[in-house]
Amino acid sequence: MSLRIVVCVKYVPDATGDRRFAEDFTTDRDGVDGLLSELDEYGVEQALRIAEASGDAEVTVLTVGGDDAKDALRKALSMGADKAVHVNDDDIHGSDAIATSAVLAAAVGKAGFDLVVCGMASTDGTMGVVPALLAERLGVPGVTLVSEVAVNGGTVTGRRDGDSATEVLEASLPAVVSVTDQSGEARYPSFKGIMAAKKKPVQSWDLDDLGLDAERVGLAGAWTVVDAAVARPARTAGTVVKDEGEGGRQLAEFLAAQKFI
Amino acid sequence: MDEILVLVDHVDGVVRKPALELLTLARRIGTPVAVVLGAGDAVAAVAAKAGEFGAERVVTAEASEFADYLVVPKVDALAQIAASVNPAAVLVTSSGEGKEIAARLALRLGSGVITDAVDLTASEQGPVATQSAFAASFTVTSRVSHGIAVITVKPNAAAPEQAPAAGTIETVTVAFSPAATGTKVTSRTARVSTGRPELTEAAIVVSGGRGVGAAEGFSVVEALADSLGAAVGASRAAVDAGWYPHSNQVGQTGKQVSPQLYIANGISGAIQHRAGMQTSKTIVAVNKDPEAPIFELADFGVVGDLFAVLPQLTEEIKTRKG
Ligand SMILES: Cc1cc2nc3c(=O)[nH]c(=O)nc-3n(C[C@H](O)[C@H](O)[C@H](O)COP(=O)(O)OP(=O)(O)OC[C@H]3O[C@@H](n4cnc5c(N)ncnc54)[C@H](O)[C@@H]3O)c2cc1C
Ligand SMILES: Nc1ncnc2c1ncn2[C@@H]1O[C@H](COP(=O)(O)O)[C@@H](O)[C@H]1O
Repeated sequence: MSLRIVVCVKYVPDATGDRRFAEDFTTDRDGVDGLLSELDEYGVEQALRIAEASGDAEVTVLTVGGDDAKDALRKALSMGADKAVHVNDDDIHGSDAIATSAVLAAAVGKAGFDLVVCGMASTDGTMGVVPALLAERLGVPGVTLVSEVAVNGGTVTGRRDGDSATEVLEASLPAVVSVTDQSGEARYPSFKGIMAAKKKPVQSWDLDDLGLDAERVGLAGAWTVVDAAVARPARTAGTVVKDEGEGGRQLAEFLAAQKFI
Repeated sequence: MDEILVLVDHVDGVVRKPALELLTLARRIGTPVAVVLGAGDAVAAVAAKAGEFGAERVVTAEASEFADYLVVPKVDALAQIAASVNPAAVLVTSSGEGKEIAARLALRLGSGVITDAVDLTASEQGPVATQSAFAASFTVTSRVSHGIAVITVKPNAAAPEQAPAAGTIETVTVAFSPAATGTKVTSRTARVSTGRPELTEAAIVVSGGRGVGAAEGFSVVEALADSLGAAVGASRAAVDAGWYPHSNQVGQTGKQVSPQLYIANGISGAIQHRAGMQTSKTIVAVNKDPEAPIFELADFGVVGDLFAVLPQLTEEIKTRKG
């Protein structure tokens, strides 16, 4: 039976743009250009490599997001994924990580999976918890934050570079994997890939399709509240000197004045 | 007073500094109850240390599962302990592992989870966390509104304070879930210590970027760091080029540091790099391009070749320090 891989990708505001919060303290997704999270490109890449190595696999990309999020799916399809699922429902707006993971878990379950691949973190929320939450909800092993991953038969292995040690991990499928930006450069979509993507199937599901209660998700179902989001005063540029042979000593003078030496 | 459960992170019995910071923060919002998970003698040493830093109670569990399997055994233990202690909050260090433990625990407790807090205060509605968002361009305050607050806290959120407390040890036996043995750790290689301070804990960080030009180029960065007793950081460009280990990367996908002094050398100051160092108290930059964005955040900048400026600076520091 072919290996069913589901890659979770998020459509995020461009980090090089002017990111901000909307009035309800959710991430402003209207006023800012969006894109497929760069960190999820690594997930798509590893999924494609695993599929290529297996020879008999199907890669589905899955996103939970508003209308624009289809752009993220298009990009992943043009990189080489086979089909896509877009979970889109107004009631999902403002979901926290716990609620997002409930939607993703239901969608992954409906799609059917042997392996779920995620990025290490979303570039907007940067929590890095959805993959662990997904594994917990699905009741399958989590092989997370790995910089190397391979699937052999029914086993997934990975290398996790932690703070104090490097660990080699092993688990049986089905499993959830999350990959870091050290896992290998993501491919660029080829012209052929972009053309082919236009014909690939994209399914749209809402909360009803997933049998989920609107109360459980969105701002209403969030188990955390934001009381305030305040722009940090921009750092003001200080003194800049040009090195004309004394730059190092001038810098030492500054550090001494600040009591660092 | 409310009890605050603190997972005390340690490496083979040596308590990590962020865990002591958590105990200090926990005292601010309630009475700390430390949780120490591990195997053998390590547990007793860690428990004693937790008592020195304010833990009234120390709940310990010994099992080989904590080291042999990923994340879930620790979640099983914390969930079991939380059920019997019924704390107002659970605090965990914001590391890759810490965040996964916290998230899974929150789900089991039916709680909301907040990650990467940089400060905590008490309020009538429970602990209030301060976080940085969008590459530290926003400061956000938030709370958990459902269930026991589960919060992960970044290193350097508070200065650890000694506060001798009872530290009464209670030993529990964890009933592991079937999921506990799902992901096996088949080997573990400890990172070799460089003798320099930990990046996230250091008071001073000296970093190098693409401008350093080669692996060998990092010797001038290291020499400056050593003259200041600093940790060494690197941009992703330098790490991707293979000049410096990924464990030293500063930025969105590396370490987020907030030292007293950050010295960026041959680093342009991309948003993803800034995400990891923007909250440093004082920022200094050395870059040969006067237009480099890093100068927009620097308190002091030198436009020049780092291979000329750094050695001169290092010499001068050595002379001044005598
Ligand atoms: C999703 C994502 C995550 C990322 N995460 C991170 C991250 O965690 N950390 C990170 O750092 N980056 C990260 N990046 C990459 C980031 O966008 C930049 O590409 C990177 O920070 C650039 O590194 P740099 O400043 O060293 O190199 P460059 O931008 O190439 O800058 C090199 C600088 O060195 C100067 N220079 C050259 N020679 C000398 C000399 N002899 N003396 C003095 N100055 C000299 C140049 O003027 C230039 O300003 C991420 C990117 C993405 C998309
Ligand atoms: N809305 C979403 N849609 C699809 N995948 C998501 C979504 N949010 C998070 N993910 C996945 O979970 C990973 C970690 O996200 P986070 O925990 O939000 O930092 C991302 O890299 C994605 O793979």
